Amino acid sequence: MSMSSVGRPTKPMVSASTEEHKALAGGRGLLQDEPLIFELGGWDKTGVDFDAPAHDASDLGDLVRSEKIGLAGLSEPETLRHYVRLSQKNHAIDLALYPLGSCTMKHNPRLNEKVARLAGFADLHPLQPQSTTQGALELMDRLAHWLKTLTGMPAVALTPKAGAHGELCGLLAIKAAHEAAGQSNRRRVLTPTSAHGTNPATAAFVGYSVQEIAQTEDGRVDLADLAAKLGPDVAAIMVTNPNTCGLFERDIIEIARLTHEAGAYFYCDGANFNAIVGRVRPGDLGVDAMHINLHKTFSTPHGGGGPGAGPVVLSSALARFAPAPWIVHGADGLKLVEEAVEAAAEAFGRMSAFHGQMGMFVRAYAYMRSHGCDGLRQVAEDAVLNANYIKAVLSAEMTPAFAHGPCMHEALFDDAWLEGTGVTTLDFAKAMIDEGFHPMTMYFPLVVHGAMLIEPTETESKRELDRFCDALLALAKAAKAGDVERFKNAPHLAPLRRLDETLAARKPKLTWRPEPTGVAPAPLAAE
Amino acid sequence: MRYLPLTPDDRTKMLGVVGAADIDALFSDVPVSARRSELFALPLHTGELDVERELSQLAAMNRPAGAGPFFCGAGAYRHHVPASVDHIIQRSEFLTSYTPYQPEIAQGTLQVLFEFQTQVARLTGLDVANASMYDGSTACAEAVMMSQRVTRREKAILSGGLHPHYAATTQTIAHAEGMEIVRLAAAIDAEAAVIEAIDAGTACVVVQTPNVFGVVTDVTKIAHAAHAAGALLIVVTTEAISFGLLKSPGEMGADIAVAEGQSIGNALNYGGPYVGLFACRENLVRQMPGRLCGETIDAEGRRGFVLTLSTREQHIRREKATSNICTNSGLCALAFTIHLSLLGEVGLRQLAALNHSRARELEGALRGSVEILTPRYFNEIALRAPDASRVVEDLLADNIIAGVPYARLDPHAGMDDVLLVAATETTTSQDIAALAAALKGRLRR
Repeated sequence: MSMSSVGRPTKPMVSASTEEHKALAGGRGLLQDEPLIFELGGWDKTGVDFDAPAHDASDLGDLVRSEKIGLAGLSEPETLRHYVRLSQKNHAIDLALYPLGSCTMKHNPRLNEKVARLAGFADLHPLQPQSTTQGALELMDRLAHWLKTLTGMPAVALTPKAGAHGELCGLLAIKAAHEAAGQSNRRRVLTPTSAHGTNPATAAFVGYSVQEIAQTEDGRVDLADLAAKLGPDVAAIMVTNPNTCGLFERDIIEIARLTHEAGAYFYCDGANFNAIVGRVRPGDLGVDAMHINLHKTFSTPHGGGGPGAGPVVLSSALARFAPAPWIVHGADGLKLVEEAVEAAAEAFGRMSAFHGQMGMFVRAYAYMRSHGCDGLRQVAEDAVLNANYIKAVLSAEMTPAFAHGPCMHEALFDDAWLEGTGVTTLDFAKAMIDEGFHPMTMYFPLVVHGAMLIEPTETESKRELDRFCDALLALAKAAKAGDVERFKNAPHLAPLRRLDETLAARKPKLTWRPEPTGVAPAPLAAE
Repeated sequence: MRYLPLTPDDRTKMLGVVGAADIDALFSDVPVSARRSELFALPLHTGELDVERELSQLAAMNRPAGAGPFFCGAGAYRHHVPASVDHIIQRSEFLTSYTPYQPEIAQGTLQVLFEFQTQVARLTGLDVANASMYDGSTACAEAVMMSQRVTRREKAILSGGLHPHYAATTQTIAHAEGMEIVRLAAAIDAEAAVIEAIDAGTACVVVQTPNVFGVVTDVTKIAHAAHAAGALLIVVTTEAISFGLLKSPGEMGADIAVAEGQSIGNALNYGGPYVGLFACRENLVRQMPGRLCGETIDAEGRRGFVLTLSTREQHIRREKATSNICTNSGLCALAFTIHLSLLGEVGLRQLAALNHSRARELEGALRGSVEILTPRYFNEIALRAPDASRVVEDLLADNIIAGVPYARLDPHAGMDDVLLVAATETTTSQDIAALAAALKGRLRR
């Protein structure tokens, strides 16, 4: 007896056509088209059940909102579907290597998520009595101890909420120190052309003028240019180390000496501290202030653009100007000093409403404890090794911006190798999307033509690095072989093709509004 | 080490490919005097079990808000967040992605931001909103600095009803940029005094409603006065749930509205991370700080979203940017948007009504035995309680966290006898009865 030849087929049907199949409902297989929440029609729906209030709002008279707000609601199952469908249109570290240079997309340990959600941390109000938050203060104090020890700096301000906020904190401390010394005339900040945009933006934010320092052929600060530009009106230099070319500033100690000799302070952008943690202490390099992005070096999740955390370590010259609040050890435990009065009157003010990004402190501290001093040193070593490996392998087809000597945690290429191919850095990056990888940082730093800045981080396996390098080498060969179409229209396989950014900026549509005509409901006019 | 995939064998092979004798060779640019060959004086690596044990011990040393009657507000509020919110924000695609610089593979985050911006604009009654700031206090400082760019004037007037930490943050940041910050004296019904302070040099007036003492104010008259003088009105809200019950800042004439969004979707977290809301009128959009998400189309004409108007921002404009902000509060904004989508208009209105009802119940339980200082409130009221800090400490003996002494926020105002108490949907009738009984007993002493 043989199996029936009718009924459920057990082999895939082979179609003669290779044309792309279009789903009738939009989307593509598991990847669904998903409208905006405002287009799902849930104007009178809710996914939360409440008791009826016992009292009305008659006491508020005409302070009550009479006009419609215009919010859409969904039941819980619909909400889950809506956001899970959207989530599937994102690339993520957990899917593949995410080599955004300068951004440090490393693995985010899930233990850290778990402990940050313990009620003893998450369900704690910033203004409840300090006798009821001693464990939280203890954690902040331990975190501060780790940060100070790892950087070799005597003080840390925990409250800045992100890297740029930390830069602001550091410059405000520097400004306060100059004012205390009768040096308010110091209004100029020097920063290399290769600096992050936040450096000049922050300097301008506190009312300083910005002057660029030239760069040497080998990607470092030009000492002669720095010396020429330093003067009695310079408040600070802002230098990233390792710098944004992924290189260690060899003359860093001389940079600090010249700066101090001119009466200025050395602000170090610590965005790349992950390359040297456990091996080099910024305090040994002459740094006066440096922010630490807990979401880079210490693995707190980037979350699609925050929240970050940017504690700032300070030298003894700047420590007394640190903003409120800070922790002191008292007779009955730890205490937060929340106001700059009396002995602490030199504090420059306050960076934000409360005590900083506690949820990020918990995660970063768990990360530090997990690695320990030995593991953190290994973090820096593996991050640097991975970047140098990528640099070595990709140099077969691509041109490193600084071929001579090792790089630190990121490998920088220019676009010289694309010359004559008709393919640009942008095209190449978009083609990486079709290979399943997130593009590297493009066109930054500004000092390198068509820059491609690749930061693998220490949490990539050799297997994933090889997969990545193989894909890029194959793409590079395709570009050189004249397969321009692959690049010009890339990505082909992403949820969307290239987006029209010019249109978005020329006619900004920043909120959803009902269509003026047609089938879409006009909820604001409904009542 | 469980987070590091390279094996010793991998490392050896890779060093070979690189052409380095050992790992130290890759650190050869570090000055000799700064090379640390020995390990730092810190503990060695630790397994997950032991790390969790240490963190759990630290957590256990704290008294969570939910462990008994609890009445703290003053800029951070304890609300119930549906379980599904925290589930979604822990999806890898949201948790472990970056700022959406590559829109083709970040439509999830971008569409959420577009929904977030729309929700915030509608809550505040304004035209446009950005993709979030760090928190309410830094959003307030940014709004004040924006008013300088719009009006080309230097003076900001801060109401005496503005949260003192918001005022201090604004003073610190905006003063550094060269603005003159005028802080009016703390007063419970403070908003009217603002009008007298407005003059021809005023860039903006900053008023809060409900204010730090819980007072709800119709700021329409302040808006008229500000606009007549060519100044902007900035309205601050620290309790976002109040948008579900009270007239919106836009309806009352605000040019910019900033708010702390923590109440929606986000835990107390001992002060952070939170999410700053920032909305304004359409004609001011090019002076806004922060990321903006906008609608566009892709190469096949399909709708999509991108970060836009980035010529305002630091990575393009550098020292000419409207702000230095880069990282914002993406994941907290996501939590906000999911929670608000679960609530919808119906749920938010119910939740706001319930909060107000709880506060009325609280006021009713205290009236007669305690002097109530707040004439019109949403979910928070100020009480007369001599030596309020001491009162709060004393009530801890009954496992009651009675509220926030105003003097903790502003020790110089001479208001040591003012206690701020908030009630939300998480406050029970038993909690209220416990507080009322304990306060009556304590204040009789």
